Amino acid sequence: MKPAHRFQAEEISAGYEQHTILNDINVEIPSNQINVIIGANACGKSTLLKTMARLIKPESGEITLDGKAISSIPSKQLARVLGLLPQSPIVPEGISVADLVGRGRFPHQSFLQGWTKKDYEAVAEAMEIMDITELANQNIDELSGGQRQRVWIAMALTQQTDILFLDEPTTFLDITYQIEILDMLTDLNRKYGTTIVMVLHDINLAARYADHIFALRQGELIAKGGPSEVMTSQLIGDLFGLHCTVIKDPVSHSPLVVPKGRYHV
Amino acid sequence: MPFLTSRSRERKKKDWQITHFPKHLTIVLVLSVVLLGACVLASLIFGARLVTQDQLIAGLFHSNIDSYGATVVRERIPRTVFSLCCGAALGVSGALMQAVTRNPIADPSILGVNTGASLFVVSGIAFLNISTAGQYIWLAIAGAMITAVFVYGIGSMGRDGATPLKLVLAGAATSAALSSLVSAIMIPRTNVMDQFRFWQVGSVGAGNWSAITTFLPFLIIGLVVAVLSASALNALALGDEVATGQGVRTGILRLIAAFAGVILCGATTALAGPIGFIGLLSAHLIRLVLGPDLRFIIPMSAVAGAIILTISDVSGRLIGSPGELEAGVVTAFIGAPLLILLAVRMKVRSI
Repeated sequence: MKPAHRFQAEEISAGYEQHTILNDINVEIPSNQINVIIGANACGKSTLLKTMARLIKPESGEITLDGKAISSIPSKQLARVLGLLPQSPIVPEGISVADLVGRGRFPHQSFLQGWTKKDYEAVAEAMEIMDITELANQNIDELSGGQRQRVWIAMALTQQTDILFLDEPTTFLDITYQIEILDMLTDLNRKYGTTIVMVLHDINLAARYADHIFALRQGELIAKGGPSEVMTSQLIGDLFGLHCTVIKDPVSHSPLVVPKGRYHV
Repeated sequence: MPFLTSRSRERKKKDWQITHFPKHLTIVLVLSVVLLGACVLASLIFGARLVTQDQLIAGLFHSNIDSYGATVVRERIPRTVFSLCCGAALGVSGALMQAVTRNPIADPSILGVNTGASLFVVSGIAFLNISTAGQYIWLAIAGAMITAVFVYGIGSMGRDGATPLKLVLAGAATSAALSSLVSAIMIPRTNVMDQFRFWQVGSVGAGNWSAITTFLPFLIIGLVVAVLSASALNALALGDEVATGQGVRTGILRLIAAFAGVILCGATTALAGPIGFIGLLSAHLIRLVLGPDLRFIIPMSAVAGAIILTISDVSGRLIGSPGELEAGVVTAFIGAPLLILLAVRMKVRSI
């Protein structure tokens, strides 16, 4: 089981150039759980994730890991605790699945040291978890979107971090693949205790898979907690300006948001 | 397509592998040694005067024999070594610039870095009366650096940062502007003009041992930095965000790698003049046969660059006989069509 970490964002303000998106946000990530950030477009959910994953430098405030500011931790050392899968990584032309997955070992390797047994095991394990062992020798260009996404997650997994950030890991995928990816991430969390922090667009999938939800509106955190406590028609109204009814999902027993519209009231 | 779920599949034992050495590495290595030997030989033999086998052996191994042919061979030795060094430097410089900008058509000449180095050297000759290789080198590197920063700055303005197309446009525009400045400085000064007419085209013909010793420290520093940063550049190839997530400080890495690339091409330009397309050609060729791993692309681009430049030099001597055609002209003739081909083929896709 992965060790517990205290990961906090303290009074974070962040944004792009002159445009501030997050205002004084305080977040503490519950360890060894699946955390999902939800909110409308441009509410700052991706910005929050990127700031916590140190892709964006906050204008003010501090991100801390076990009480230490992450900016003070050597970057390679931090990369062994904190992993990240961004929304659109770049595929080098002509790389094989196993090679790409192996690239995730970078923070564990030094210049002259070759591949160790540990490195191989990490790659094998990650490919096993994401069920891509059969694809290992194939070229990435030959894969479908869902398979590609599993390869990327496997690459993030070989980094063997305790905390994993994912920016909309299911975007552009068919519903089948969305479920498949989220099931695998759940496996990962239940089996290894990896703390998962992700942004999801689909609120019903968020409600189904999250242990803990962070709801963002216009750069402010307006609700947090377990899905069944947090996901009310009131909150969805506040977040998206949408009229809806929240019922119980007959399959997962989590909240299910049923939107209303002008034709369906 | 078979639908793979974690329940329905059979678990296979390990039948996959990580490519530690690219598939064709052995062939490429053998081929490079052969080609390297062949082009060194060709460089010693061919030219305005064709030397015979006896003269070649006399020139190389019997320093007591002073026939005309042997002397010709001895004079071609530093030229050959110089061309190998310059080619290696340009090859690595191109590979570095492609990796740093994540742009398959980056190259010192395309990004205008060479022209920036030229402008500084020409200005130095015209206004500061400098005349030694040691002085050229520093000016050229300064010019190369300022131009690199400038072009990257312009190229990354606007919404989606430094896209391949924008960088190439910025480089071409800067290059055009700077080369007209070079002409403006040179044309009214006949003495500078003479000194620089041939330099300006790019030639390794002036290579001598003193130029080589001036050049060597820059070559070594550049190569060492390039090789050391290769695995971090591999991470950068997956995108800035992935690289950051893997613990790479992308800003510092870019700075260091670009610095090495600029030193390499700046120093070459100072001594040999602006020779274009070697970086583009060699890095591409190597990526095509060895795949995307920069730990191999970078050192092998040095070998490929050395071979390509030396072949260009020799072909220039043969084509231009009884005089010679400068290597810079030859490389431009091969390189320009390749650039067009690449731009069309990948629709300026980023690597």
